[in-house]
Amino acid sequence: MARTLKFNVFRYNPMDEKSVPHMDTFVLPEIPSMTLFIALNQIREEQDPSLQFDFCCRAGICGACGMLINGRPGLGCKTKTKDLPDEITLLPLPVFKLVGDLSVDTGTWFREMYAKVESWIHTDTVFDPTAEEERMDNSIAEEIYELERCVECGCCVAGCGTARMRKDFMGAVALNRVARFLIDPRDQRSEADYYDIIGTDEGIFGCMGLLGCEDVCPKELPLQDQLGFLRRKMGLAAIKRFLPFGKK
Amino acid sequence: MQTFYTDVLSIGAGLAGERVAIEAAGAGFDAICLSIVPARRSHSSAAQGGMQAALGNSAMGEGDTPDVHFNDTVKGSDWGCDQEVARIFCDNAPIAMRQMAHWGVPWNRVVGGKGFYYKGGERFEKFEKPENEGLITARNFGGTAKWRTCYTSDGTGHTVLYTMDNRAAKMGVQVHDKVEVISLIQDGKRCMGAVARCLKTGELRVYLAKATLVAAGGFGRIYRESTNAVICDGGAHAAVLDTGVVPLGNMEAVQFHPTGIVPTYILVTEGCRGDGGTLLDVNQERFMNIYEPEKAELASRDVVSRWMMHHIREGKGVKSPYGEHLWLDIRHLGEQHIRGKLREVDDICQNFLGIDPVKDLIPVKPVQHYSMGGVRTNKDGAAYGLEGLFAAGEAACWDMHGFNRLGGNSLAETVVAGMVVGGKVVEYLQGAEAQFKTSVIEDQVAKDRNRIQRLIDCADGGEDAFKVRAAMQDALQDGVHIFRSHNDLEQAVFQLQEVHERAKKIGLKSNGKGANPELALALKMAGQVKLALCVAYGALKRTESRGSHAREDFPERNDRDWLNRTLATWKNEDDDLPTLNYEDATPSFEIPPGDRGYGGGTIIPMDNPPAGKED
Ligand SMILES: Cc1cc2nc3c(=O)[nH]c(=O)nc-3n(C[C@H](O)[C@H](O)[C@H](O)COP(=O)(O)OP(=O)(O)OC[C@H]3O[C@@H](n4cnc5c(N)ncnc54)[C@H](O)[C@@H]3O)c2cc1C
Ligand code: SF4
Ligand code: SF4
Ligand code: FES
Repeated sequence: MARTLKFNVFRYNPMDEKSVPHMDTFVLPEIPSMTLFIALNQIREEQDPSLQFDFCCRAGICGACGMLINGRPGLGCKTKTKDLPDEITLLPLPVFKLVGDLSVDTGTWFREMYAKVESWIHTDTVFDPTAEEERMDNSIAEEIYELERCVECGCCVAGCGTARMRKDFMGAVALNRVARFLIDPRDQRSEADYYDIIGTDEGIFGCMGLLGCEDVCPKELPLQDQLGFLRRKMGLAAIKRFLPFGKK
Repeated sequence: MQTFYTDVLSIGAGLAGERVAIEAAGAGFDAICLSIVPARRSHSSAAQGGMQAALGNSAMGEGDTPDVHFNDTVKGSDWGCDQEVARIFCDNAPIAMRQMAHWGVPWNRVVGGKGFYYKGGERFEKFEKPENEGLITARNFGGTAKWRTCYTSDGTGHTVLYTMDNRAAKMGVQVHDKVEVISLIQDGKRCMGAVARCLKTGELRVYLAKATLVAAGGFGRIYRESTNAVICDGGAHAAVLDTGVVPLGNMEAVQFHPTGIVPTYILVTEGCRGDGGTLLDVNQERFMNIYEPEKAELASRDVVSRWMMHHIREGKGVKSPYGEHLWLDIRHLGEQHIRGKLREVDDICQNFLGIDPVKDLIPVKPVQHYSMGGVRTNKDGAAYGLEGLFAAGEAACWDMHGFNRLGGNSLAETVVAGMVVGGKVVEYLQGAEAQFKTSVIEDQVAKDRNRIQRLIDCADGGEDAFKVRAAMQDALQDGVHIFRSHNDLEQAVFQLQEVHERAKKIGLKSNGKGANPELALALKMAGQVKLALCVAYGALKRTESRGSHAREDFPERNDRDWLNRTLATWKNEDDDLPTLNYEDATPSFEIPPGDRGYGGGTIIPMDNPPAGKED
């Protein structure tokens, strides 16, 4: 039997002085292989053309469509309605600034994050267009790729208790990013350099280890492992730093 | 209203836009990239397969050189490309790839020793030279003589774009995301920047720049079934067409990719076939090896797509509620390979089809995928018609792809063109003075404000923007697809002219306040229909078959009359058709027109074939 779905959607347009935050209800007949991408577009095209939400690749690749789906952060395009009850509540991701309805500003948050962790290779070597590429072990390349699969959807940040309480907390996604550069042989930063970036409550010491982040990551990144890895590394870096004979 | 000044304004923060911006920033100029979405969500990130560069490090790529790459590219283009540009591209691709490695891309690397690979469902052995261990490796892609496609598992676009964006951040390139360009500021001679709408607040902004770059990607979303992201809608192309003086090149050259999954048309990468996947019909029998004994599944995309449609027409398609399709079989590649090197494919199958590609067949059919056409530029990336306007990447018709681009040649184009055109933009900036005419800026802003107000007031009518879009998509989908013919094309042009009239009468149903999505669509709708008309009308006039442009009523490739590029301009706002002109496909020949070696078909030769070195 085809179901009738009821969508409770958060509505607020901060640019409209008449708008107040509230929930709107939309009703749709479910169709086979319906996703939230299909449903929300149908609502916009047929019922309310002002409804704001973000989708881009619609294929679970770009991370644009993070939202709270029945209370849990997830990607709208990847979520099939058949896996949900017939009443579906959609809210924008917390932590990020609201643009309107389900749309939030992840771009600004992530740009600030990568400014903080200086998310690029730090090296003195100058690129030589005539030379052969520097060699790398394929297994290391694959390890780096594992951590680089993050799509910056913001789900882990939205699912993190610390991030909700502390605006300046970098979140698992930033720590994962640091781990990515830490294992990259091309990056010449020392452990002490990384310690300066994340050896604070904004970084590794703010994390309470409750792992809301890993549970909701749609790319199934090993965030837990990275948090543990960095804790150990940073613990050592801290010790070395306070010992006069410790090297950088 | 906010006004921003910069040296380079890039409309687009994908690979091409950011690469140009990085070049400018490296030379000490200010650069701003605009993007509808955060830079890293640009469609470049969706590319899974890889990018071509003749490094020749892997066993199956041994002996590869830019010359071989050049040969493949020109054949791939069906001799429709600019050979000077293809040469620049092939020579620079290896440098660009190594530079990306230096900047941080975790390319897959050569692992020395014995290994296995699949071709046409069969397993073969290969031996990687131990002395090449650790160099950038390559995988197989369609239409190439050697394994040349550099990759990072199946997240190539993702890792390359993330690395590029990291580099852009390091170099101080600014990215203004959730900002959409709605028109160019120009006086018919010189481009001075763009008017944009902030998609956070809905406010208009003015960007003034010495050099403006269009790097807005493809416009596939004018079709109903497309692999493209929903933002690949041609809004920036429409702004270019609206200048009335800048032509778009070869808009009828639209690529259909053989393996869009049915029914959502999400792409599964050509890497599936490159890594040994096969296409099967309703009887679960292979058929590409019958039509193309030599290349089989790995002929160029236009050829494979055509044979697939042909096979479906022969009654060998699989019936489904979403129309007929064929199967892609990767089961024999094994669980380890599929869950590792083809993980995104695995994810897509599990999430969007509810099937397991390790055990199940994947339903696929050819769908719109790539826009060979775009803003026509010269070999330096400078647009025709306006000084200070440049274009690069998929948005441009730089024209190394001609009438069909090879898999892996587009991502590579974005970084190579970014590097080359970036250099030319820097040269331009070094000689350029800022010349902003206040009256021109004010006029353009007033015009855009007026457009917005009329849409909100329903001053021209109450047509529904979404319905107009659907009508446009249907017209193209039905009339300008893989196989084309006079009657269908004429019908499509006629329908689109009607849709164009409707697009002029759009009125908003909502209040248009803030980042209103209905307004965003309404603002570009008429422009999108004009693009669709460039595609349909260009296809109607081109009475030959070349690359992706296959006319059933003119099956020959006609080098005598059509070895040229279509230039479409929208001269007057009131016109209901583009003005078409033609220019030679290439200023000089390194390889004179000949047989591609796959795809069959007859050729009407040139009257005076050029002298050149034969391969
Ligand atoms: C699913 C898929 C898989 C692919 N796989 C491969 C592959 O394996 N190998 C390969 O070589 N090629 C592949 N391609 C093609 C390739 O990915 C693209 O051609 C290439 O990435 C385009 O890059 P770009 O920089 O030109 O544009 P994009 O990366 O598309 O970036 C366009 C930018 O312009 C911005 N923009 C657009 N309009 C406006 C506007 N009006 N105002 C402001 N900003 C605007 C967007 O926000 C974005 O930032 C694939 C394409 C698809 C669709
Ligand atoms: S483990 Fe740390 S980063 Fe992850 S959700 Fe908990 S507090 Fe946040
Ligand atoms: S780590 Fe996972 S949840 Fe967090 S932003 Fe990246 S992909 Fe999203
Ligand atoms: S739209 Fe790209 S991940 Fe959902």
